Amino acid sequence: MYFTKKVLDESALLRKKWEDEVRKAVAEWPDQKERWSTVSDLEIKRLYGPEDISDIDFARDIGYPGQFPFLRGNQVTGYRGRFWTFRMFAGMGTAADTNRRWHMLLEQGTTGLSTAFDYPTLMGYDSDNPRARGECGRCGVAIDTLEDFLQLVKDIPLDRITTSMTINPPASVLWALYCAAAELQGVPLTEIGGTIQNDMLKEFIAQKTFMCPPEPSVKLISDTVEFGARYVPRWNTISISGYHIREAGSTAVQELAFTLRDGVEYVEDVVRRKGLDVDSFASRLSFFFNSHIDFFEEICKMRAARRMWATIMRDRFKAKDPRSCWMRFHTQTAGCSLTAQQPYNNVVRTAIEALAAVLGGTQSLHTNSLDEVWCLPTENSVEIALRTQQIIAEETGVGSTIDPLAGSYFVEALTNEMEEKAWEYIEKIDAMGGMTAAIERGYPQMEIADAAFKFQKQLEAGDRVMVGVNKYLTGEEEKIPILEIDERVEQEQIARLNKVRRTRNGRAVKKSLEELRQACRKGDNVMPFCIEAVKNMATVQEVCNVYRDVYGEYADPAIF
Amino acid sequence: MQRVLSCFMSRDMKKADKIRKGDIRSATRLIRDIEDNVPGAKSTMKHLFPFTGKARVLGLTGAPGAGKSTLIDALISRYRAGEKTIGALLVDPTSPFTGGAILGDRIRLQRHAEDPDVFIRSLATRGALGGLSKAAGDAIHVLDAMGKDIVFVETVGTGQQEVEVMNHVHTVLVVLVPGMGDDVQALKAGILEIADIFVINKADRDGTGKLYTEISNMLDMVQAFPGGWRPPIVNVGSVFQPALFREHVEQLSQAIDGHYEHLVKNDLLGDRIRRQTLVELNEALRSCILAPILEKLVKEGEIERMVDKLLKKESDPYTCAEEIANKYLR
Amino acid sequence: MAERKLRIMVAKPGLDGHDRGARILARHFRDSGFEVIYTGCHQTPEQIAASAIQEDVDVVGLSCLSGAHRYLFPKVVELLKEKGADDITVIGGGIIPEQDFQMLYDAGIKAIFTPGSTLEAIARWVRENVTQGS
Repeated sequence: MYFTKKVLDESALLRKKWEDEVRKAVAEWPDQKERWSTVSDLEIKRLYGPEDISDIDFARDIGYPGQFPFLRGNQVTGYRGRFWTFRMFAGMGTAADTNRRWHMLLEQGTTGLSTAFDYPTLMGYDSDNPRARGECGRCGVAIDTLEDFLQLVKDIPLDRITTSMTINPPASVLWALYCAAAELQGVPLTEIGGTIQNDMLKEFIAQKTFMCPPEPSVKLISDTVEFGARYVPRWNTISISGYHIREAGSTAVQELAFTLRDGVEYVEDVVRRKGLDVDSFASRLSFFFNSHIDFFEEICKMRAARRMWATIMRDRFKAKDPRSCWMRFHTQTAGCSLTAQQPYNNVVRTAIEALAAVLGGTQSLHTNSLDEVWCLPTENSVEIALRTQQIIAEETGVGSTIDPLAGSYFVEALTNEMEEKAWEYIEKIDAMGGMTAAIERGYPQMEIADAAFKFQKQLEAGDRVMVGVNKYLTGEEEKIPILEIDERVEQEQIARLNKVRRTRNGRAVKKSLEELRQACRKGDNVMPFCIEAVKNMATVQEVCNVYRDVYGEYADPAIF
Repeated sequence: MQRVLSCFMSRDMKKADKIRKGDIRSATRLIRDIEDNVPGAKSTMKHLFPFTGKARVLGLTGAPGAGKSTLIDALISRYRAGEKTIGALLVDPTSPFTGGAILGDRIRLQRHAEDPDVFIRSLATRGALGGLSKAAGDAIHVLDAMGKDIVFVETVGTGQQEVEVMNHVHTVLVVLVPGMGDDVQALKAGILEIADIFVINKADRDGTGKLYTEISNMLDMVQAFPGGWRPPIVNVGSVFQPALFREHVEQLSQAIDGHYEHLVKNDLLGDRIRRQTLVELNEALRSCILAPILEKLVKEGEIERMVDKLLKKESDPYTCAEEIANKYLR
Repeated sequence: MAERKLRIMVAKPGLDGHDRGARILARHFRDSGFEVIYTGCHQTPEQIAASAIQEDVDVVGLSCLSGAHRYLFPKVVELLKEKGADDITVIGGGIIPEQDFQMLYDAGIKAIFTPGSTLEAIARWVRENVTQGS
């Protein structure tokens, strides 16, 4: 029991008195609404007290930083040694354009890079594919070959700066490009650090950037995990992502549950398929969460996530190394919480969301820019977003002490409640035979679609408020500067690609792709073959076409 | 010459003529007119009717999520390789609450969207009174008259009216999936009786063998199969194992062709078509005789009055019906 | 008796998979009594135009969040026109900055809905501006 009997008795007495007062007060001044709930529609009580957390076992459930169950964080020193990584997601136009933006960010004090690719690259198409028309360089940087990649990382010291790459179906290809670029910079693979998102399950569930069916997609991921564990020890080979699940309209509990269950699926596959010991790779798994606008719900979600993952690793996978139990995660503020109307308000939303992420103990953070509802951010708006993090770190003092909200009746009670509800989902998915099977049935997709539809209906009925959208509207729209991507980017990129195709050694390309195909057929690890192919200037699409041929293509099943 | 002739054609004849030449817009609009009960549609159908009867019509039915559309997609590829022209009608349920529908089956067929020789049309189940079966029957005629060699019809095999649609096809494929609660006992008897071929889809899953045995045992209990055709059971593995899947689809199409040959060789195709024609006649009678009367009764409040009488036990349904018959059908 | 149902296609041209809005809208259209044909993510303008014609829809609603609307939306209108189907109303939604509106209107897009447009406002526009089976 978390409290002595004396405390609980006293509390019960005082609570009764308070409840009587509330009844009287409400009779005179009714509450603004009957039911109060989080943005995920989780009901919240008027007040939390000792009785709400009386079943907590301190050592089992809370403990200390760096100790199981890691509720209070992985790092024993908290943020005192170093703050979270200020990692700003950036990419647009050509590789040269993005390289310029990266250098600007580094000059301004960003401490890690993060790459946004354009849609053709994300989907494994070259810039001259008919499907790529109109998309080139628009939502991120266009990468077709090693030539582009070398331009991207020009003058970036790959042994010192860590780079995150938001890339999924062609993750192995882009990672191969990174490895090849490092080699050409003279940096050994053991010294490069960074992350590839490489989380396909959440693509099937939420973001819909897919190429091959679930089963071979997971196989390709296990290849990268194995390759990383053996040769690239500082690389995070998966970033198991709840971010996109949330952006697709899930609740916070669904984000928590589906993300962790995805993680279970990957670990199971690596252990089964590669025969690796769980402790040899688990510490390189990283996570990625959304920080939405409902302040406490987000903090509790992140705290619960750490405790749940530690429990999963210890009890389900029998991990021995405490580092295997660490849930290290990056956070991004919620794009879907931003509004097109009154866009300057987005700075405020992002600041609050960033604060929640820090109080939730994130290791790395991207803050959205105020204009991201409309376009890729301008330099000015990115700077405000970065400064938001720096103000939180340097001025507010919230990083001075570790997990400052621990012990709060409300925070601990909500952490427990979210965890319980997430376990229920995980058990349900286990009963279906795992996440891949659940995805085939459309289960998580359906749950998210229902939550998204419900939220939209509540918003339109006025039960939920978004400032500037359905309340506090102003007559006139504010105009903000919009970053335009020059339409010449597409032509320039195609011209570069054609030049590479003309000048490369066609026979070497063909041979290395054929070897990759054989490796795919035999079930060998694709990574060494992939690196060889991109070194020979095989394009992203050419490599992906091998995957498509051997593994088949996945099409949107559109579940309502 | 053509132009001179066309002067003498009625509007409906012209429409029918355009459809016979393969005009997609006219065809899809006629199907819509049939669904919407637009009066002129019947007249155009009359002109098309003489040109029907050439297409092979394949029906697929089974539970939601059984993978029917994915099978059609693969079969289209198979028949397109043989240069057959294709029509496909995909039926999804109408929401009983709002009258709207989300028709999402064509998603799985989108790689054929641009093929001019593949025409895909989604239909909602809409209302009552055999409306779906009639609309689908007419829509099959439209695709047939357009000159499509093969017409696919897909319905969810859960409701009576979806099962009725299968009366309009030559070969009925019942698609089952292991482990989806598709136990043979749980299936509507109506579906099992109309099956010409059983497909066990996603046959890489656990429970495939069990399902196969169950169907097989059930077939063993049948004394004599109509026309002497014992429905084969075809396993089709996961679509995500491309090579094996293609092989299985090839086996499935052989079973389909086998059934058609059986119908032709044993002179059974005529029986099928006769059965189908009888259904159509029934539906036409219902639409031309019963539907207008019902509509009138509803509009005049007569139905409500009759129901009141029945509730008060002042009359019985047969007496009511006879009264109506005497009034309208003398 | 004849009762024309409104048929509407919700389509996602291009490569972005952000279908949250498109799917919510499809549900709302269904609840408004429309027959909704949904073609899924990652469609080419060619697939969309061909499908719209085969399905005899009154309206095509395009959703794009990648910024490629400047190419994709006009292309759909152009293809419909080429096939003599310019009576099909094309509307668009997604992340579309105001400075692109005129260009899209000029290209034949009849209405544009940006973030914050309510589902009901979109359905109302369709009811008021589109005649079923015209």
